[in-house]
Amino acid sequence: MTLTDASLRSRAEALGQSLPALLASAEHLASTVMLGEHGRRRAGMGDEFWQYRPAHAGDPARLIDWRRSARSDAHFVREREWQAAQSVSLWVDPSKSMGFTGDRSRAPKADRARLLALALAVLLLRGGERVGLAGDAAPPRSGRAQLLRLSNALESADAASDYGYPDARGLVSHGRAVFLSDFLGDIAGVEDGLSRAADQGVRGALIQILDPAEEEFPFDGRTIFQSMGGSLSHETLRAGDLRARYLARLAERKDRLQALARATGWHCHCHHTGAGALPALLWAYSALEDRR
Amino acid sequence: MWMLGPLGFVQPWLLLGLIGLPVLWLLLRAVPPAPIRRLFPGVALLLGLTDERPETDKTPWWLLLLRMLAVAGVIMAFAGPVLNPQIREPGTGPLLILLDGSWADARDWPSRIDRATALARDASRAGRQVAVLRLTDTPKLAQFEPAEALAGQLALLAPQAWSPGEYALWASTLPEGGFDSYWLSDGLQHPGRNDLLAALQARGAVTVFQSPRPVLALPPARFEDGQIKLSALRLPAGDGVSIEISARGPDPSGIERELARLAVDFAIGADKAEADLALPPELRNRITRFEIVGIRSAGAVSLTDDSLKRRKIALISGVAKDQEALQLLSPTHYLRQALAPVADLVDGALDDVLLANPDVIVLADVARLTPDETEGLLGWLEKGGLLLRFAGPRLAASDIDRATDDPLMPVRLRQGGRSIGGAMSWGEPKVLAAFPEDSPFHGLAVPDEVTVFAQVLAEPGPDLAARTIAALADGTPLVTRKDVGQGQVVLVHVTANAEWSNLPLSGLFVQMLERLSVSTRPAAPTADDLEGQIWVPEGMLDAYGQPKDASDVAGVEGADLADGLKNGPAPKLPPGLYAGGDRRVALNVINAQTVLAPAVWPAGIVIEGIEAAREQALKGAVLGGAMVLLLLDILASLWVSGRLSGAGARRGAASIGLALACLATTTGDLQADAADDFALTATSGVVLGHVVTGQAQVDDIAHAGLIGLGERLYERTAVEPEAPIAINLETDDLAFFPFLYWPITPSQPLPSAAAYAKLNRYLRTGGMILFDTRDGDIAGFGGSTPEARHLQTLAAALDIPPLEPVPKDHVLGRTFYLLQDYPGRFAGPPVWVEASPPDSETVKGMPFRNLNDGVTPVVVGGNDWAAAWAVDRRGVAMFPVGRGFAGERQRELASRFGINLIMYVLTGNYKSDQVHVPALLERLGQ
Repeated sequence: MTLTDASLRSRAEALGQSLPALLASAEHLASTVMLGEHGRRRAGMGDEFWQYRPAHAGDPARLIDWRRSARSDAHFVREREWQAAQSVSLWVDPSKSMGFTGDRSRAPKADRARLLALALAVLLLRGGERVGLAGDAAPPRSGRAQLLRLSNALESADAASDYGYPDARGLVSHGRAVFLSDFLGDIAGVEDGLSRAADQGVRGALIQILDPAEEEFPFDGRTIFQSMGGSLSHETLRAGDLRARYLARLAERKDRLQALARATGWHCHCHHTGAGALPALLWAYSALEDRR
Repeated sequence: MWMLGPLGFVQPWLLLGLIGLPVLWLLLRAVPPAPIRRLFPGVALLLGLTDERPETDKTPWWLLLLRMLAVAGVIMAFAGPVLNPQIREPGTGPLLILLDGSWADARDWPSRIDRATALARDASRAGRQVAVLRLTDTPKLAQFEPAEALAGQLALLAPQAWSPGEYALWASTLPEGGFDSYWLSDGLQHPGRNDLLAALQARGAVTVFQSPRPVLALPPARFEDGQIKLSALRLPAGDGVSIEISARGPDPSGIERELARLAVDFAIGADKAEADLALPPELRNRITRFEIVGIRSAGAVSLTDDSLKRRKIALISGVAKDQEALQLLSPTHYLRQALAPVADLVDGALDDVLLANPDVIVLADVARLTPDETEGLLGWLEKGGLLLRFAGPRLAASDIDRATDDPLMPVRLRQGGRSIGGAMSWGEPKVLAAFPEDSPFHGLAVPDEVTVFAQVLAEPGPDLAARTIAALADGTPLVTRKDVGQGQVVLVHVTANAEWSNLPLSGLFVQMLERLSVSTRPAAPTADDLEGQIWVPEGMLDAYGQPKDASDVAGVEGADLADGLKNGPAPKLPPGLYAGGDRRVALNVINAQTVLAPAVWPAGIVIEGIEAAREQALKGAVLGGAMVLLLLDILASLWVSGRLSGAGARRGAASIGLALACLATTTGDLQADAADDFALTATSGVVLGHVVTGQAQVDDIAHAGLIGLGERLYERTAVEPEAPIAINLETDDLAFFPFLYWPITPSQPLPSAAAYAKLNRYLRTGGMILFDTRDGDIAGFGGSTPEARHLQTLAAALDIPPLEPVPKDHVLGRTFYLLQDYPGRFAGPPVWVEASPPDSETVKGMPFRNLNDGVTPVVVGGNDWAAAWAVDRRGVAMFPVGRGFAGERQRELASRFGINLIMYVLTGNYKSDQVHVPALLERLGQ
């Protein structure tokens, strides 16, 4: 008992130390995005003033804006902009393959994925949406406190499997979802998760996060390739000879993802950890903004 | 030691390791490069891909080769390879060192002696007895003694100016018993060499040392077609080179100088080169020797004798020029015919001819001379001229020399003459009597057909007999002679043409002229010419071609001299100039027939060059090469196994490359023989030097300062210095520099003891150092600045005489400019030089004290002269001096100080001696 407490506490400490950093960098990233166009541009539930309109028959009296009506003979009703809160579920691949980096100076893919996810969460929360994580860890909620919960959950998510597959549990029907992963595992798993989400009317974006090394395959000579967890391995005598075929397979995988996304009405984007995070964030944000 | 061409191995058995290389090859071939394990998520995409070329799992052959080479290199390196190893067999028993010691050895005698000394030292270490023989000596029995006793003897040995000619005799006088021999040969073939070699080989091992440097020789000059034909020989014939031959002789004031210099080009592969030298007779007759410039050897010197001299003879005829007469009747025709091939003839009026100062003036039947002409001729005779007069109708008809003694006639003449054997007279034409012993014509055969028909007669007198040097059969004087001052007057009592006798038609006439030194002899004196006379050496040559005093050398028989002229000089007949009577014969080492033949050694004799390639251990280089190969192998292995990608790997590769570069530089200067280059640069002209202080800025300023000073010198004086040189006291030779500039910095380390020894030697042998403490702006008289204190420490170990501030009359103030003070960038404290002797006093009326001797070895000051002289690359002054015009004036004065200083260094106290000029002029005027 004491032991568990101690380990919990130490993990919490570690989390507490890293969280603000992640949160800070996510907030920093989010602050570079000008918020806008999130209002619904129509009268509805919301805080923002939208317009005055003449009161019709049937409007309850309490809706009449007396201050405005007193300045003229007619009665006016003040309408607010309709600000409907969306539920957005984020799924960040917690598998080991996301821990890969091709260069010591680059952060692993998982870092970038969490950063993007959290930054997106910051933006969305700031826009008043409800953001949560797929699965049970953090159901969608709004408010700034959710951010802490999200980052806690993101940090603690750590799977033992080599490759991760989208988790369609806990998705809010007709909500939005963002899946961040390298999608290098079995495509069937991705297909399954995505179709389940689509079945629930969830639309969203797939962000494939790849390391430049995965994109370039800069290897040569006699090499034994192993997956991050060690479950898969492949030996070659001349890694350089495999490059073309590997790249072809990678392109095929990307095409497959695109096709999947098209079929389900999702958006798909490939992001490299070698590039800056901001374009990916902007893309994700506008992909969620998209209303078709 | 095991030898492979010029390569030897100290531990050859290590080379057996090379056998293991094929095994290593197989091993390396069988083992493919180790795989890299990489964590890579993309492996999911790789599953199922197969390799296209499965055979590449073996190490590529070139990588194998690289590794093989590296391993082979390491094995070779540890086997201790040595380039040009000098195998010193320990040897036992006595050691005989033979030196040819001929003129051809003189060019590198010191190195031969060094070699012999080294051999003797080795022998003494091995406890062997040594004997040294110089083969140009007369043969004697060699005495073996302990090597220590020989060290002094070896140093005193000098080469001789002749060739070893008695090999055979040496062979018979060799000591009995077995001994090894080292023969330091001169590289030329001399007769009998094989006999001696065989005798030596019979007694033990023979090793021959031979210098690879070419032998240059200068055969005697010939005179042909008005030009001096010079040639030069060399052995062996090699590349095309140009040598210079210098003609030396006394200048008008009697000091020997170079009179002419001639470049002679050897064509590629030619062993002989020729050139012509055209000189005016005045210069030509003064030449005493030709020598090849820069070669110190008697073979490169050729003394000249009478054969090159051409007398200048003036022919004056009593018959006026415009008289049209038959050529054959001209009084001077036969003279001209006889003399033209062997002398330079001068024509003209007597007045003009006298100005040309001929050796001989021939007056053919000239009776009357004006008083001016008489006086001029007398003056010329006093100085050694030879006046040769011929009688003739005019002389017979005139009344000169009848009543009184004419100073220009050897004897008084009777009125008229006599005519014998003519149509109107009785008697036969007279023949000549044999020449008496005291006559210069003694020994000449008198042909019977020479007859005299007419002559002028001498008045009998007490000294007539003494003055007669040739007479007719009846005793009538035919040729009379009288000394006038240093010169002489000779009268031939017949005409110079065939009018009065047929003497001018005979060969005797030419011989008589020769004997009178009117004409010169044929080039090569024959044995007949030389025999029967004792020839006394007037000057001799040593083996280095330097003149040697010959006063203690006995004369030689003419026959021996003739022999020497044919076969070359010998111990009893050293080369030199031999005089007999009024003739001089030069005996040169090289005569016209000399051919330089290379020594031919039988196969099996070990021949070493004296400056043979130095032994050089290659272990370091080979090991370095193997190291390079191994580093390359690292790179190649990385590349093959695909580890050469990624920044980290690239950094590693870069560091390996850097290591390679370091290795390259360290192996590059394995044999940096910079000393010779330094010496060549430093002696290419006047080179000013500055001492490196270790403080870069000070050194740069000093360098720039000397460049600036050099430019000023170049502009204004005859001194044209080359670019200055920075001198490291520890490593560089100071002897090449007349002047050192030494800026003092407080941080400069003290020189080592060896450097101090070098500095002291430099100071004692006439070098000068200008110490500059560069603190003239702050220093007072005492020297309390850090620089001054450091200078005191530095100079404590230097051999510096007592100093004093430059006195007003110091020659430094007037070697080129007249200077009162010596400012640099600062016009500060006084400048110190060697103190003048305490007894020097000012003489009244003399502006300067009489201080003639010695140049101060040091000049000490603190005025930062280099900064005032310093110019940048564009020749613009680098540092401001003072302010405005006054500052520029100060800079100018600083430059003048520099010029004065360099002049002082180069000319010494020459300007100080100028105080004597009035006295000298006065003495000359008397």
